[in-house]
Amino acid sequence: MDAIQLIYLVPLFPLIGCLINGLGRNILPKKIVGIIGSLVVFIPFCISVLIFLTVSKEGFITQNISYFDFIHVGKLSIPFEFQIDQLTSIFLLIITGVGFLIHVYSVSYMKDETQSGFGRYFSYMNLFVFSMLLLVLGGNYVIMYIGWEGVGLCSYLLIGFWFKDQANNDAGKKAFIMNRIGDVGFLLAVFWMVSSFGTVSYHELFNSQNGIITSISTINSPVIVGITLLLFVGAIGKSAQIPLYTWLPDAMAGPTPVSALIHAATMVTAGVYMVARSNIMYSLAPISMAGVASIGLTTAIVAAIIALKQNDIKKVLAYSTVSQLGYMFLGLGVGAYSAAVFHVMTHAFFKGLLFLAAGSVIHAMGGEQDITKMGGLGKKMKITYVTFFIACLAISGIPPFSGFFSKDAILSATYAQSPILYILGLGGALLTAFYMFRLMAMTFNGKFRGTAEQEQHIHESSAIMTIPLIILAILATICGFIGLPEIFAKNGNKIDDFLSPVFAHSNQILTTKGIPHQTEWILVIVSALLVIIVSIWTWNKFKNYASSTPGENGFVKAIKNKFYVDEAYDFLFVKPYRSLSAFLNNIFDKKGIDGIVNGVGRGVNYGSRQLRLLQSGQVGSYLLLMVIGLLILFIIQLFTK
Amino acid sequence: MEIKWYIFLSLALFCIGIIGALTRRNSIIVFMCIELMLNSVNLLLVAFSKMHLGEVNAFSYSMATSAQIFVFFIMIVAAAEVSVGLAIIVMLYRNTRSIDINFLNRLKN
Amino acid sequence: MEITQILFWFLSALALFGAIGVVASKNPIYSVLFLIIVFFAISGHYILMNAQFLAIVNIIVYAGAIMVLFLFVIMLMNLNTETEPIKNVYLKLAGVISGLMLMIVLVAALSHSDTRNIIMRRGTSVGLTENLGKALFNKYVVPFEISSVLFLSAMIGAILIGKKDPVKKNKTLDVKA
Repeated sequence: MDAIQLIYLVPLFPLIGCLINGLGRNILPKKIVGIIGSLVVFIPFCISVLIFLTVSKEGFITQNISYFDFIHVGKLSIPFEFQIDQLTSIFLLIITGVGFLIHVYSVSYMKDETQSGFGRYFSYMNLFVFSMLLLVLGGNYVIMYIGWEGVGLCSYLLIGFWFKDQANNDAGKKAFIMNRIGDVGFLLAVFWMVSSFGTVSYHELFNSQNGIITSISTINSPVIVGITLLLFVGAIGKSAQIPLYTWLPDAMAGPTPVSALIHAATMVTAGVYMVARSNIMYSLAPISMAGVASIGLTTAIVAAIIALKQNDIKKVLAYSTVSQLGYMFLGLGVGAYSAAVFHVMTHAFFKGLLFLAAGSVIHAMGGEQDITKMGGLGKKMKITYVTFFIACLAISGIPPFSGFFSKDAILSATYAQSPILYILGLGGALLTAFYMFRLMAMTFNGKFRGTAEQEQHIHESSAIMTIPLIILAILATICGFIGLPEIFAKNGNKIDDFLSPVFAHSNQILTTKGIPHQTEWILVIVSALLVIIVSIWTWNKFKNYASSTPGENGFVKAIKNKFYVDEAYDFLFVKPYRSLSAFLNNIFDKKGIDGIVNGVGRGVNYGSRQLRLLQSGQVGSYLLLMVIGLLILFIIQLFTK
Repeated sequence: MEIKWYIFLSLALFCIGIIGALTRRNSIIVFMCIELMLNSVNLLLVAFSKMHLGEVNAFSYSMATSAQIFVFFIMIVAAAEVSVGLAIIVMLYRNTRSIDINFLNRLKN
Repeated sequence: MEITQILFWFLSALALFGAIGVVASKNPIYSVLFLIIVFFAISGHYILMNAQFLAIVNIIVYAGAIMVLFLFVIMLMNLNTETEPIKNVYLKLAGVISGLMLMIVLVAALSHSDTRNIIMRRGTSVGLTENLGKALFNKYVVPFEISSVLFLSAMIGAILIGKKDPVKKNKTLDVKA
């Protein structure tokens, strides 16, 4: 059977899993829930592999399967359709593959939960996978939006998973609200598309023969610029770029596997997927691309700076995610679409690995997340230590690990655009190396700085947790080799070739040329050397870390407090909004509307009391009323025609 | 003699009867005012019977006759009603030693 | 002005005077007497309209029987002195005003009607006893007979209402129909 026809099973399985786990959470034992939860992600993974094989055959044309009419209004018809092409296939593999590993990991990580909580967790995770699959499989922007909203919802549910603690609820709310702000931009873009083009289907807009967008040749037309900028606003919210990034560090309040899945591998990359999918529109609007690149670069650097001084292991990783996302958007902004997608893939592996390893550490430390209280864990947690180390090498961009190749692809494209951007990007990469090795050194090397009771508790995690770590580490090591740039091997950039049909039209429009090979060799060697030097220096500095010296200067303090961005937001937006809410609540709602409603009740009460007095029982007054009534009837009858 | 004078006279008597029924508290006086109203109606009916052009044709003749027969029956009913009504008033007096109609307020509230 | 007209106005004035007297007098016996005056005036009107039978019946039944009944009841209750408590002034006022309003409205309505200027015939033979008797016993014999039943029920009702409550006896006396 053609694997393409089975595509509907891919989102269907997680949905079924969600329902079974959710409804049966009080009945089913934890083992069954865990098995169901993982199985319904594994089967789609197998189907995705089949699809990948089908897609990678020669001469594969983009398939578009429409299931039913979703919205049909007048001339506008938005069917529920799936689109399968190379881009979809890569994302499918990432989501289901990494997702499956994380689900397996969660079975052990969350084993201390109650039975009902365990079921609830896996139900939400499956729902998340379902939404994310819907997002990447969707054949038009509306289906993507359904998935977009769904992952936002699941993010909120999962961040606030331990809802008894109010701080978690606040973090979940923050994530959802900031996502929502971005979603407004997305929605406006969709509306604009409907009104300008009359359709939102990818194949009608983007197909190479007669797509509406592909037929446009004017550069920087206002409609396209507007739509792309609005779409990017949605991506800013979803993928935590400046200025809507503050929710991501707070989202670390959720369980660690959640952070791994949602905030490292999948949800935050939805924005990247969306821009990559709309690449033709972005190529037609270099202004938007410049905006995307600048925001991406700024985010990358600012987040890296903040990460330098954070002491919570998960917060460092969170800011690192924000920073790496900035790199992806930088890549998209300079036209290196396939490089950005490549970075998504490698990031999923090493960031997911980092989060899972951090979870392992937190588990071993009995819930402690402050790295100033850790140290020397490497001796007791060998597997975690080694895999963490591999991930650090990958993220810093040290050859021959995967991060090197993907980051290098982005940075070369940046250099082709402008050398200044390249310098900044390189600076960010060095900062990345710094904070990652600082994190590793403080956690795993040196002497243990925590309490004796914690020291007793340290142990290597169970096999269910370490096997995914190992698998991810292997992937983080070798998957770089599918993206070898030209200088290393002719036709070595397999991923670029694979994705070329998706980006073919964009590459035609964009006018940036590649850089000559000598320059590229120089860049590669220089950056590799710098990164290695910085890594070793940092490792030496922090491996025997003692408590921090007092008296930090002002700038360091600012970094430690995340540049006070949260406080600024609170002051600028949250407080006025709260007072507006309070105003509306007290004056408008309580006095105004309640006043009217209660007033009606009081009025009726009063009126009925007065009316009751009419029934006095006096015959005389009855007579009077009869006469008056008669009078009125006569008047009406005789004098009004 | 135009009919309108009789109509006005009858109306006046009727309204005076209504005013009396509303104003007075003595139940016997109220009863008498009711009789007054009935009589005004009788007067009107007889006046109409005269109005219907007497013997010009059989139809109007029978109308006129009907009117006076009607008056006759009203008188019959009034007589019966008076006897029963007075019996009630006597009972009221016997029970409450007063003939104030405001004592008949069992229908209160 | 003809004699009939003069008579009409005189009788009307008498009737109105009597009616107002009924309503306004404090002594109930005076009210009864005024009402008798009204009845006589109305009977005069009947005679004026050649409804002889009705005029006589009016006097016999109303002024003769009904007013005598009223007088009996008033005497029975010793209502020589009027001890009527003061009625609520507003209600009185409202009553008067609404009554007057009613009159004005009806007068206004009827003064626009089509039939207002129909002249009444004079000297018709409708009201003669003989003719009325004929009609009564030919066409209206059934209501006539039924009215006797009505009187019977009124009599029984009056007697029943006026009965004293029976004194409770110790031994049971069941009356089974």
